[in-house]
Amino acid sequence: MGNYHIPVKYLFSKILKVEVMSSPPITSKTVELGTKYSPDFVCTPFKYTLGTFLECLEKGANILVQAGGGCRYGYYSELQEQILNDLGYNFEYINLVTKGKTSIKHIIKELKKINPHLRQVKLFYYGLIAKQMVKYMDKIDNFIRENIGFEVEENSFINLQNKMLRRFSKVKSLYQLRKIYKKYLKEFKEIKVNKGEHPLKIGIIGELYTVMEPFANYYLEKLLASYNIEIKRFTNVHYLLFEKKRKVKKYLKDAKKYIKYRMGADASDNIGRTKYLCENGYDGIIHIKSSFCTPEIGAMPIINKICNIYNVPVIFFSFDANTSEVGIKTRIEAFYDMLEMRRGK
Amino acid sequence: MNECYLGVDIGSISTKAVVIDNHNHIVASQYIWTEGNPIKAVKKLIKEIKCQLPRNVIIKGIGTTGSARKLIGLMLDANIVKNEITAHAIGTLAFYPKTRTILEIGGQDSKIILIKDGIIVDYSMNTLCAAGTGAFLSSQAKRLGIDIEDFGKLALKSVSPVKIAARCTVFAESDLVHKAQVGYKKEDIIAGLCRSIVINYLNNVGKGKKISGPIVFQGGVSKNVGVLKYFKEILNEDIIVDENSHLMGAIGIALLARKYKTGKTYDLSMVDVSFETKGFECSDCSNNCEVLKIYKDSKLIDAWGSKCHKY
Repeated sequence: MGNYHIPVKYLFSKILKVEVMSSPPITSKTVELGTKYSPDFVCTPFKYTLGTFLECLEKGANILVQAGGGCRYGYYSELQEQILNDLGYNFEYINLVTKGKTSIKHIIKELKKINPHLRQVKLFYYGLIAKQMVKYMDKIDNFIRENIGFEVEENSFINLQNKMLRRFSKVKSLYQLRKIYKKYLKEFKEIKVNKGEHPLKIGIIGELYTVMEPFANYYLEKLLASYNIEIKRFTNVHYLLFEKKRKVKKYLKDAKKYIKYRMGADASDNIGRTKYLCENGYDGIIHIKSSFCTPEIGAMPIINKICNIYNVPVIFFSFDANTSEVGIKTRIEAFYDMLEMRRGK
Repeated sequence: MNECYLGVDIGSISTKAVVIDNHNHIVASQYIWTEGNPIKAVKKLIKEIKCQLPRNVIIKGIGTTGSARKLIGLMLDANIVKNEITAHAIGTLAFYPKTRTILEIGGQDSKIILIKDGIIVDYSMNTLCAAGTGAFLSSQAKRLGIDIEDFGKLALKSVSPVKIAARCTVFAESDLVHKAQVGYKKEDIIAGLCRSIVINYLNNVGKGKKISGPIVFQGGVSKNVGVLKYFKEILNEDIIVDENSHLMGAIGIALLARKYKTGKTYDLSMVDVSFETKGFECSDCSNNCEVLKIYKDSKLIDAWGSKCHKY
């Protein structure tokens, strides 16, 4: 998913003493494979991850690791393991989250299955580095999202980001990681951008996988950047793993007029975010999800209501494994025209 | 010389072209069926437009909209290519500046556009299903053996329309068959169908949108008096249907072509050049993109569909 394979690969290769294979980038073939062996009405992330597992197994992987939880995603692993077993593959399946729940104890137990000599000190140390790496990556990502639509020289952001990630994958200590981050942050801030005084600002919210995997949302962020739009996105891995618990409470409190109880997955977060975006001068909101994502379906009418009250336009997209890209482009183009017209008033 | 602008709206079912002058007068207009071949349809359409044009007209701008806008935009060398949502709103506002809501039902899609003080504030477009669009109506008309142009008039004759499941075309069709076999009258079934289209539209496209007057109804289906009647009945508002309601998208894009004119003069005989497309599946990586190459006068001018920048 995105560039996150870098810290994950880093962590596992340091602590497990095995050769770690990053999953190949998601392509149409991945989706086709995943769709073929998935139940038809399951949400799209299931199809994407299953397809990725299949591709990895074909390439010779013999240990698969799955982690996820929050909604139906919490039960993915059991089902995926079963499907892969039925297909006759031979592999060991490490499931870091069982029945939607996890703990550090459980994770250590599972990891010890791969490397019986795993030392907890080592796990915590490299775990910390990986955590920091994710944090820095997400911070840089946020910065890129706000500015990439205005870059003067094409690909200047992406090229620098790739350079940084290559350095990240070879770090030896926390200190070194921090130094590299500081150096690149400075370089990122020096990239020339041509940002007018009040560029259009759009917030992207929705189901986490679709939001985070560019292939699953048809490179929505890239498309928006081509219209010179500043993008705000909340969901990233650091948020999900380390900030969510705290922030959800805040979101629930802020938006208590509209929501009383937690709705599962990211639905309540998205309601809080909608209110935040409406109150902070964003021109529009794009809500994306994979088809049949139940928590988000529950959140949509509330998001719609908040946007009506604040008079901020919102547009909803549901992506399936076979959505036409042209239709999405038409709607985004019209959405952009509309925001421009509203600005011109 | 009279400076004019050509707007072409290439939809899934029909292709429309309009020529307007600097005072929003329609100088020429034409409406033909696309029949699955937008290039051929546009060639035919432009020829017919050319016959209608007075001698002193020169074309100073061309705009394309509709689902084949990109392809035809390339073919006509248009100075503007825009989506149909914006085009419809611009066209309608030029004639009805006070409009608050635009209902549009076309061949394959349907949309609602909300307007406040002359600018679009919200819109929505059907997503998954084509239930309640022109294509469904015309296929049902064919199945019932009625000319699509008489469809609306027949619906008006009914006093008690039957209830039809409006969710999905497949369900609607089996419901229609069932009602016919049970013995309901044809006009009641047709009226029920018109009503179900309105309900489906309001439940899907119009969901959560505040519809307020003045309302303008357009797109091909707006010519259907049966559907219009049920819109009026259910919304309890007066609804404007312009005599050119089916051309509104083309008018809008012609207006935009005027706004963004480049000073270039167009010669309509350019449609006579050969214009071809060739599609193939690239197998250089596992994305297997479907790439479409476009040739004008046997010269490659563009290629679409690849995820990388190879083509």
